[in-house]
Amino acid sequence: MFHFDVVTNWIDEFLRTYLLDGWALFIEFVVIGLVILTVYAVLALILIYAERKICAFIQCRLGPTRVGPFGVLQSVADMIKILLKELIKINRVDTFLFRLAAFLVIIASICTFGALPFDKGLHVVDFNIGVFYLLAISSLGVVGILLAGWSSNNKYTVIGAMRSGAQLISYELSCGLSLMTIVMLSGSLQLSTIVEQQDYAWNIFRGGIPAVIAFMIYLIAGHAETNRGPFDLPEAESELTAGYHTEYSGIQFGFFYLAEYLNMFIIAAIAATLFLGGWMPLHIPGWESFNEVMNYIPPILWFFGKTFFCIFLALWVRWTMPRLRIDQLLNLEWKILMPLSLINIVLMALWVIYL
Amino acid sequence: MKMIDKLLAQFAYASVTSDGKYYTVAVPKEKLHETASRLRNSALAFDFLMDIVGMDYGDSLGTIYYLSCTQFPAYVIALKTETDDREDPIIPSVSDIWESAGLYEREVHDFLGIRFANNPDMRRLFLRKDWKGYPLRKDYDANPEINPVPLTNENLDDMETVPVIEIHNGLKEEKTYSLFEKGEYVVNFGPQHPATHGVLHLRVSLDGEIIRKIDPNFGYIHRGIEKMSEAYTYPQILHLIDRMDYLSGTIHRHGLCLAVEKGLQLEVPERAHYIRTIIDELTRIASHLLGWGCMAMDMGAITAFVYGMRDREKIMDIFEETCGGRLMANYSVIGGVMNDIHPNFQRKVKEFIPYMRKMLKEHHLLFTGNPIARGRMKDVGYLSKEKAIALGASGPTGRASGWSNDVRKIEPYAAYRHAEFNEILRSDGLTFDRYIIRLDEIAESLKIIEQLIDNIPGGAYAAKTKAIIKLPEGEFHQRVEGARGEFDVYIHSKGDKYPYRVKFRSPSMTLVSALKAIATGTKVADLIMLGGSLDYVVPCIDR
Repeated sequence: MFHFDVVTNWIDEFLRTYLLDGWALFIEFVVIGLVILTVYAVLALILIYAERKICAFIQCRLGPTRVGPFGVLQSVADMIKILLKELIKINRVDTFLFRLAAFLVIIASICTFGALPFDKGLHVVDFNIGVFYLLAISSLGVVGILLAGWSSNNKYTVIGAMRSGAQLISYELSCGLSLMTIVMLSGSLQLSTIVEQQDYAWNIFRGGIPAVIAFMIYLIAGHAETNRGPFDLPEAESELTAGYHTEYSGIQFGFFYLAEYLNMFIIAAIAATLFLGGWMPLHIPGWESFNEVMNYIPPILWFFGKTFFCIFLALWVRWTMPRLRIDQLLNLEWKILMPLSLINIVLMALWVIYL
Repeated sequence: MKMIDKLLAQFAYASVTSDGKYYTVAVPKEKLHETASRLRNSALAFDFLMDIVGMDYGDSLGTIYYLSCTQFPAYVIALKTETDDREDPIIPSVSDIWESAGLYEREVHDFLGIRFANNPDMRRLFLRKDWKGYPLRKDYDANPEINPVPLTNENLDDMETVPVIEIHNGLKEEKTYSLFEKGEYVVNFGPQHPATHGVLHLRVSLDGEIIRKIDPNFGYIHRGIEKMSEAYTYPQILHLIDRMDYLSGTIHRHGLCLAVEKGLQLEVPERAHYIRTIIDELTRIASHLLGWGCMAMDMGAITAFVYGMRDREKIMDIFEETCGGRLMANYSVIGGVMNDIHPNFQRKVKEFIPYMRKMLKEHHLLFTGNPIARGRMKDVGYLSKEKAIALGASGPTGRASGWSNDVRKIEPYAAYRHAEFNEILRSDGLTFDRYIIRLDEIAESLKIIEQLIDNIPGGAYAAKTKAIIKLPEGEFHQRVEGARGEFDVYIHSKGDKYPYRVKFRSPSMTLVSALKAIATGTKVADLIMLGGSLDYVVPCIDR
């Protein structure tokens, strides 16, 4: 198996041989920051293109075809357009909060993105409380959304923000509880440990029925966290025009847009890491030659493959289902998903103890 | 003596004339309210107010109330009243007898300046509050200097202030009240909004997510078609009528043609009748497909919308070949149709029927059975049969509440008498009924087309008409079944080549008052969905 830790370790040693430790670290930080930002932007472009093509496929259309072969450059062109757009100054908005909101949303998203383990040695920090960190930092985004809705001085945005607050905080619970189920199974909050443990059986197989239930709950709740699909009430195009980001233009709108797509990626990536083995190839105990073949596929491809599988599920749901109403949305969480997650935790405890 | 003759004989003060099933009853305005309430409460309850036509007879102003009885729907009474006062004409309101009269009276007030005593809302309906003059009066001055294009927005406070004129025991009292209280959270849905299906302006008072009051404001796409028609010849008016309800324009155009042909006593060739009927039903399918898709999109399912548009495209292609136009087919003309059908027409329509049947199954699979869609439509938006009749919510909306109101059955026109079809009726009056009835009507329309398409008789496709069409003196009324309800044409002719007065009954206008009735107390998301389920078209309201 080819792991990226070879490359990262080599860069680290190379810098340390020529520079003081402090300077070496500093340069590494800058490089990592640049790489993360670039990957973030590039992934967003890929995701936007993928969504447009998949959505077109579901809707019996062709999707973008004009810019570049098969329209692959369409999202690049869109990005250039959005960068050139004017930032409209709106009368009587709380300018500071209005500007801050877009940054909060994207910062929360980038910080979560940085903590994902793409491969062995290909993550920024390997916290021993990795799962906790992911949950904590990703929920910061809701503050940005609430601020955006509130500071825009627009009734639609306030309704959108209120919906968003109710929705994100509710679904955070099921999200967290279903991840806790897996943490109970693996006994660690450290992402690298969790992935390493899934060497011979991914958690979804290892954890049996409780893990499958947790995976389902996580997919639903995580999908709701991204404000998409049947859960896009905060934006609810046909009701609130664009919800909390109605008043934003140019790159500030772009920030919300990017964050939305990357949040979808992050949710899918966490699902892949915790339930589907992260970058770990598919290994079946006893089938040594099969495992060898699987090992030839680089782990980073495994990671992205699993993640894109989860993203495809999300897109499929989004383009098939109508939107829920706010009371149905909260009923689903508080009356179905949350009790189910709590029961599931008990189930997982029994599973871990007795099996 | 028939029941209706007995009933009308009770009104000694009224002059009654009859023309088959159409009765005209003229009463003095003091007796209007009494006559109206006796007609409404008699054994032969005239509970459906089809339309109110405001008239300027020159020396007097008047109103005509078209009434129909839901038990014996073929009977139509035109109840007429007049007032000689042109300075401050006041006619008693009948909005306490028929709920739908509220909006109709506002429309008459807007265009003719007649005020209706005891109507709870006497704002102008389409024009701005500061508009000078009443456009449909014959002495109206259309000079643009009197009413220049306003450069400022209409004051929202002014829009809330409702003038009322009340007359109790001969005492006249004028007052105003405000629709919304201070501190109410009033949100504007529209005029520019993705889900109001046009430039409809709903002012909605919210309590959190729950809707407390709805105040619809019209007129953002008002083009004065009725006023323009008074200066146009009949063939010219045909082109305006397509632009009202653009989705069922062909059917409405058919209605006007029938009204003019009725006046001319013109024998239309059977071939034209068949072709018109097939085109009407195709239009109905196209309109219902779009209505279905838009309702799904209002609920957030964009894919369903694209599916609807995809199938509608097939019909548009058929139209393009035969009529030349797609959305505005421009096909019916006075005396027949504009051109003969395209050689491919029959083949393409016959191909379309099995295709659409297959796709209907797909639509059910995609959306009807979807648990979220079913959950959203469950138990929301109940419109009882009585309420639907009182509001005049005709068409699929009324039929979903169990009100049998299909004009194709009541007064079969064109080739409908040659086709066997069922009037789809449902009983619950819920959102789901209004949703499913459209898909069922598509299937029923396919049945009609299937029966007619092979039997189109030969012969001429249009009767010969004179170069200049002059309608004989008189009043002509024609009902047709549009895609979203009953569409009526009223023509008052003085023997000229221009009509003296034209009035179109907009099926969509009553649907908006139905929205007001069913959406109060629901959530914001429901408001949008209910609007989609009623499927109104705003240019048809504004005319």
